[in-house]
Amino acid sequence: MSLENIEHIVLVLSGKGGVGKSSITTQLALALSLQGRSVGVLDIDLTGPSIPRFFGIEDAKVKQAPGGWVPVSVHDAQPAGPSSDNGQAPRSGNDLGSLRCMSLGFLLGNRGDAVVWRGPKKTAMVRQFLSDVQWGALDYLLIDTPPGTSDEHISLVETLLKQTSPGQVAGAVVVTTPQAISIADVKKELNFCKKTGVTVLGVVENMAGFVCPSCAECTNVFSKGGGEVMATEFSVPFLGSVPIDPMFVMLIEEGKRPVYPKGTVVNGKNMEENETATNGNQEHDRDEGRLVEKYTSCSLHPIFDGIVRQLVTRLEG
Amino acid sequence: MAPMLQEPALVDFNAPLHAAPKLVAPEPEHCPGPESQQAGKADSCAGCPNQQICATAPKGPDPDIPAITARLSSIKHKLLVLSGKGGVGKSTFTTMLAHAFASNPASTVGIMDTDICGPSIPKMMGVEQEAIHVSNGGWSPVWVSENLCAMSVQFMLPNRDDAVIWRGPKKNGLIKQFLMDVEWGELDFLVVDTPPGTSDEHLSVNSYLKESGVDGAVLVTTPQEVSLLDVRKEIDFCRKAGIRVLGIVENMSGFVCPKCTHESQIFKATTGGARRLAKDTGIPFLGAVPLDPRIGMSCDFGESFFDSFPDSPACKALKGVVRRVGEEMGLGADELLADSVDGMSVDGR
Repeated sequence: MSLENIEHIVLVLSGKGGVGKSSITTQLALALSLQGRSVGVLDIDLTGPSIPRFFGIEDAKVKQAPGGWVPVSVHDAQPAGPSSDNGQAPRSGNDLGSLRCMSLGFLLGNRGDAVVWRGPKKTAMVRQFLSDVQWGALDYLLIDTPPGTSDEHISLVETLLKQTSPGQVAGAVVVTTPQAISIADVKKELNFCKKTGVTVLGVVENMAGFVCPSCAECTNVFSKGGGEVMATEFSVPFLGSVPIDPMFVMLIEEGKRPVYPKGTVVNGKNMEENETATNGNQEHDRDEGRLVEKYTSCSLHPIFDGIVRQLVTRLEG
Repeated sequence: MAPMLQEPALVDFNAPLHAAPKLVAPEPEHCPGPESQQAGKADSCAGCPNQQICATAPKGPDPDIPAITARLSSIKHKLLVLSGKGGVGKSTFTTMLAHAFASNPASTVGIMDTDICGPSIPKMMGVEQEAIHVSNGGWSPVWVSENLCAMSVQFMLPNRDDAVIWRGPKKNGLIKQFLMDVEWGELDFLVVDTPPGTSDEHLSVNSYLKESGVDGAVLVTTPQEVSLLDVRKEIDFCRKAGIRVLGIVENMSGFVCPKCTHESQIFKATTGGARRLAKDTGIPFLGAVPLDPRIGMSCDFGESFFDSFPDSPACKALKGVVRRVGEEMGLGADELLADSVDGMSVDGR
């Protein structure tokens, strides 16, 4: 069976759409990979798959193999070596873990095609994704979900309960934005987790503040602090606040290595240091390199590194 | 007494209509789908354990559609607000549109929230704590002001934070009830807010409203490609379903720093944004609304952004968009906004 060699299965959930589930999934996957874990990403947002776009592999197609589908590889594992120790390597000194993805986006003929499916068909697809993808041995499988608490979610949890051994499903990371409208929907998702017996590993508050690239003033575009209050109210761990970083958007949209103007301070870390690090390379190098290497220059990487460390400590003991 | 969602009998799932049969096994590949005319008869159905169920299930159009059409005949204009992507501002735009329409005291406006799993309309309208009342004529919607009413699943939940863990058919049943059993009365506008995606809710709203006529759909997007990608799918859906697209609105387009007034593109339109998408697909571009933290705050507090900050650039841009929506629907500006201001650009700049 396709899930049996996976150590930890983590769901990324949110009751609200557009809060950054896919963006958080992507960054968790990159951060885990940078800490030497082999990671798989399964996108079960069937009517709006974003994962292929985030990893820049929109043109990739899934291959059929005996026994099921072969997921699309983003990058392979890279053993630790003295040559890789040039500041790009993760601090832990581990090798880079492999990263593979599966999404309905890979199965569509045309990227603009709509998948107009009612519940039963979505259920069948989710089941197939969970049983027919040849993940092989993985440390982590991250499952990106659509917003809501409906067919995909019910099918996902049901199938996971049937097909996994106890302890394999680690739990869910719940994503929210700080404003009350989003919190109201995400509370429903927390209640969903409670009802279905899914452990909440923690809450991530996304889009908490925007640092103006011109004057470094931080504006709370969607207010602030709501995620932490909600986490306390439901007594679940709060994993961290993630600000809006236009450079991350640029990295995803155009594949440009993030470069920050002088004096940009994100979460107490001066991003200028990073700038000098990348200035060593040439400006035209901004386009080059793999996504995971470019991501290390992003201001959000240290934040996710921290979040992942919390998760890893909790899950791996 | 307001009906409680926890009672399973709220929606009659055995009603003859698209009651999807309970399948005893997962659908096989090439399954025509339990609602197809071919269900149970197609070649691929041979040997399927569900064949008997599918073959005997009722098919064809919903017998309740005439009742829905009769109920909705007193509504002049029906508008859908759609987007393939979540969190782009569908509900925000729906409330804005409704507030704008209702600013003309002569028109009566209704909002129907079909987002069953994540209803936002009640909070944005400041009526989160209300419950619906049931009378002989049906369910009464919640009145926000003299001429503005709303209907949402939130009004039926015993606790505010309860999750609605429902599969498709149950959601369809509720949407049908919203259309058939709610006493909408004489409305000038019914604005339908939808969840993200192209699934059950969208198909149901479309099939139930088709007979009674929909003016069209307004698509909402944010400028970045990740969002446009999903909106393209929604356009494809509208084409397939035969829904007229009135136009595209670009929300969260640009953010002006309150300190240095430098405008940043938080969600950068690397592929030309909604303007380009509109051009490529031949759909009218209705305007761009800048990102203003005060819009989010008004929504959190359930106030009308138009009333709270009438002079903000975002407000002007929104009014421009509403006027364009009216134009596309074939209405005069005087019918729409009570305080029509001349010489306002569509972009609000």
